[in-house]
This record gives sequence, structure tokens and C-alpha cells, in this order.
Amino acid sequence: MFTEDDLLPISALQHLAFCERQAALIHLEGEWQENKLTVEGHGLHDKVHEDDAEVRNGVRLVRGLRVRSLEFGLVGAIDMLELTPVDSAEAGGVALPGLRGRFLPYIVEYKRGRPKLDHCDEIQLCAQALCLEEMLGASIAESAFFYGTPRRRHAVTLDMDLRAETGRLAVRLREIIDSGQTPPPEYAPRCQNCSLIDLCLPQAPRQEGSVSRYLKRTINEVTSEETA
Amino acid sequence: MKKLLNTLYVMTSGSYLSRQGETVVVRQDDEIKLQLPIHTLSAIMCFGQVSASAPLLGFCAARKVTVSFFSMSGRFMARMVGPVSGNVLLRKAQYRRADDQAFTADIARSFILAKIANCRTVLLRASRERIGDTVLAGAADDLKTHLLNLSEPIALDRIRGKEGDAARTYFSVFDRLITSQKEAFVFHERSRRPPLDNINALLSFVYTLLAHDVASALEGVGLDPAVGFLHRDRPGRPGLALDIMEELRPFTADRLVLSLINLRQIKAEGFEKTASGAVQMNDATRKIVLTEYQKKKQEEIRHPFLNEKVVVGLLPHIQAMLLARYLRGDLDGYPAFIFR
Repeated sequence: MFTEDDLLPISALQHLAFCERQAALIHLEGEWQENKLTVEGHGLHDKVHEDDAEVRNGVRLVRGLRVRSLEFGLVGAIDMLELTPVDSAEAGGVALPGLRGRFLPYIVEYKRGRPKLDHCDEIQLCAQALCLEEMLGASIAESAFFYGTPRRRHAVTLDMDLRAETGRLAVRLREIIDSGQTPPPEYAPRCQNCSLIDLCLPQAPRQEGSVSRYLKRTINEVTSEETA
Repeated sequence: MKKLLNTLYVMTSGSYLSRQGETVVVRQDDEIKLQLPIHTLSAIMCFGQVSASAPLLGFCAARKVTVSFFSMSGRFMARMVGPVSGNVLLRKAQYRRADDQAFTADIARSFILAKIANCRTVLLRASRERIGDTVLAGAADDLKTHLLNLSEPIALDRIRGKEGDAARTYFSVFDRLITSQKEAFVFHERSRRPPLDNINALLSFVYTLLAHDVASALEGVGLDPAVGFLHRDRPGRPGLALDIMEELRPFTADRLVLSLINLRQIKAEGFEKTASGAVQMNDATRKIVLTEYQKKKQEEIRHPFLNEKVVVGLLPHIQAMLLARYLRGDLDGYPAFIFR
């Protein structure tokens, strides 16, 4: 079990699933560079967190919930939690602080753009569910994304594989943060979509001796320029 | 590459800066002179009697816009920045390595190699137009000798010695690089505290601008601008900013000063000798210098190590980032900026 001081952000898991170096640059070195995508993402989230709880068709909607898991050592926030009233605990209903009755919790995370091909987003959703399960003593079988294009809901089953992968990433994240070492870059096509490409410099010469070769070569070139 | 944002220079005495929504407002005599969206700015630099509201300062801190205050002559007084950025592990690596003799000498040698090479290139560019100037050619040859002497690792105090020798050689012929307005712009030697002639006043002012940009860039990547390698620690002195400046000075500052004079963008009337002998620039001249400095920042060049096109204004940031990479063990040395 981790303490509250040890918790790492859920968002780091997504970054880690995308690229270990990106996760380290952001969460270890404190680097962050906004690009168009991230700024638009902020706008979307601000909107989501704006309103207070509301009830729609008998379903209670709660926005901007903070969650954590001491078992996995994670902390984060949920864009929206849908709470559907159910009759009994047998139907999977959980009791919630400040509310009467029992509810089925269903997480909805808002994303700009379209569903991604990789599973970075699913990892995030699963981590949020793991946190919520721990805090509520609930078990959550399914959650969903709401994607901006197309404006559509996309359900994700929180199966054993996804849970195992999320747990593995949480362990790996902790290893990297504890080591204090940012992993070296590996240039890949995904780098072109990364907002940190200019900080990461995945294509910069990096093999042993590259800087001393650069200095020698450049000085040679400059000194071979003759005086008039 | 990272986006080069604007720096807002406020030079008019009595200006007042405040926040209005997402914008910065500059007032003079209760009249709005300028209103700029915050997201177009990376820094605000205030010279002389300029004040700013506390809400504006907080707003700037939250948006990572540094607000700095200078005396009218360009002496740095204060800078307001938001929370310390970057990684504590990086700063600890910087401190440890600043105490490591071999490591320090290795970085310092990079700074000075680049500085001397860049000074020499400035001389060579000028000597092309002045064929037969044996003094200029001789100085360039001397600098080449210093460069070759630095091709193998040597002790830190010897690096500092070479740096001093090279600077003397360079400035001893600097006057020859002035090709117009020779009567008003004469250079004997470097004087800083205070500058005693027009050229020194210009150099000091442009160096101040550059030092500020370098210090901000270092803070931006999470390095401590005060802890240098070549420059020994001295309270109140931005040692690391001065280190990185060594290699950038000839290319960004010295050439700017030379072209301001040689292209007659500034005139003798823009300078005033005070009773003590110290020389000051007037507001109009400062404005020209700032405008040209900003223009220079927009120029595109090819970075010799990254082999990528970058704008000159990002050089402090790029070098700060490369230094951070070296300190973290990502690179096997510090690739100082050497221009061709």
C-alpha cells in the first residue's frame, strides 16, 4: 500500500503507454509543452468541470470527481460519473456519501478528436475505475469515452487483460520515477504527434562521442577558413 | 521548434501596466497606449520608472510570462517568475557537476572554444571586405592558435587564461570592424561599469538583453542560472547565464552592434556623456536597438549540432536545453553553438 504522498498521476500512465521517455519528461523532469491538441483539450475539460451535479432522466451526473488508489499508488480525476439508481446491492448498487439509496457507477471520460488506435485512453479509463472501485468498494465492469469527433459514446469493457496492463504500467511508472532517470529516446512515427518532440529531440545525435566529434569537426571547418 | 513569442519592452517613464481580461494594458498619463493578448508574450521588460499592478504580476506568473525591471541604463534590478520550473534532480546534477573539476573543465572548454571560434568568424567576415588588413588577419591567426591550444582537455584556470587572451586579441582589433561614423564611434577597450564610450554603452545594453534571454531560457528548462561552470559562483551573479552568453555574444550581440553603427541606424546624437564620463543612450536610440534586436531574433539559421532550421531568438533556449541534456547524461558533451 502506498501513502497519499506517494501517489502518481493517472495521466502519467497514458503518457507511459504512449512512450516511456515522454512520461519521464513530463512527470520526472517537469517539462510540458502545450501544443494545439493539448490546448484544445483544456477547453473541453473546462467545460466538463463547469457545472455542478444534475439529474437527467433519473440518472445523476457528477462532474470533476477526484479519485485515488492507495493499492496502485495513483491519483486523478474523473470527468463525469453517471449514477443510475438501483434497488439493491445484488444489482451492483453501491451506497455513496451524501446520497440516499444505491447506485450503479458509470465513468464517462471526454476526449477531443476520434477514438485512437492504441489503448492509451483505455488505460486511463481503467485506472480511474480502479481508483473509484477502491474508494467506493464497488466493482465496475464497464466505462465509456465521449469523443468529440464523431460526437459519440464508446464503451470500454474493463476486462482482466486491461486491468493487468494498467497495473503493470503503474509498477513501471514507479520504477522510472524512483530511478530518477529519463529513458533514452527511440525515434518512431508516433514522435511526430508528440507535443514534446522539441524538448525530447529524438533525432539529435546521441551516440557515444557525438558531441566531441561535432566540436572537432566544426572547429576544423571554422579554422580552415582562411584570412583574407 | 518551440514558438518564439514576443518580448514587450516598456521604456517610457511613468508607464503603468495592468491586467484586463486576457490582455496586458500599458497606460501612460491615464491613456491606454497598448493592449496585448498575454498568449503572444514570453516576457515583459520594464526600464526606468515603470510600475505594474499586483494582479498583472500574478497573471503573468500564471502564464509563464517573466516580468523584469531594469534601471534606465539597463542595469538589472528584479525579475518576477512563477513557480520554479523543471526537475529538482536536474538542478542537483548541475550543482554536483559544478563542483566536479574535470566535468567543469570539459563544459568550460566547450563554451570558450565556441566563443573564440565565433569571435574569429566575426573578424573573418569583416576582413573579407578589408583585404590587406594585416592587423585583422593577424588577430584572426592568433585566435586560431588559441583554438588549437584548446583542442585537448586542459585545466580550468588555463581555460580562463586562454579566454582572457582571446578576448584581449579580439577587442584590440574591434575598432577596425567599424567602417562608418568613425569619428563618433571609436573603440579603445572594453569598459562596463560604467561604459565610457558610445560603443561600450551599446555593447553593454545589448549584452544585458542577451543575458536576460539566456537566464530566462535556463530557468525555463529547469537549470539554475546562478550556478556556472566557467564563471565562479558569486552571489548575485548569473554565472551559468554568463557561461552560455560567451558563445552567443559574438554572433547575436557584437554583430548587431557593428551593423547598427555601420549601417548608420544609430547616430552620435543618440548618446550623451555624463559629468562622470559615463555614456548613456537616449530613449530613441534604445528603441532602435530593441527593435533591431527583436528583428535579429526572427532571423532563421541552421543549428550546427541539431542540423535543423531555427530562429536566432531560440538559440538561448536551445543551448539551455542541450546543456540540460548533457547534465542528465543524455548527451556525451555540451555542443556549444559555433556559427559559420
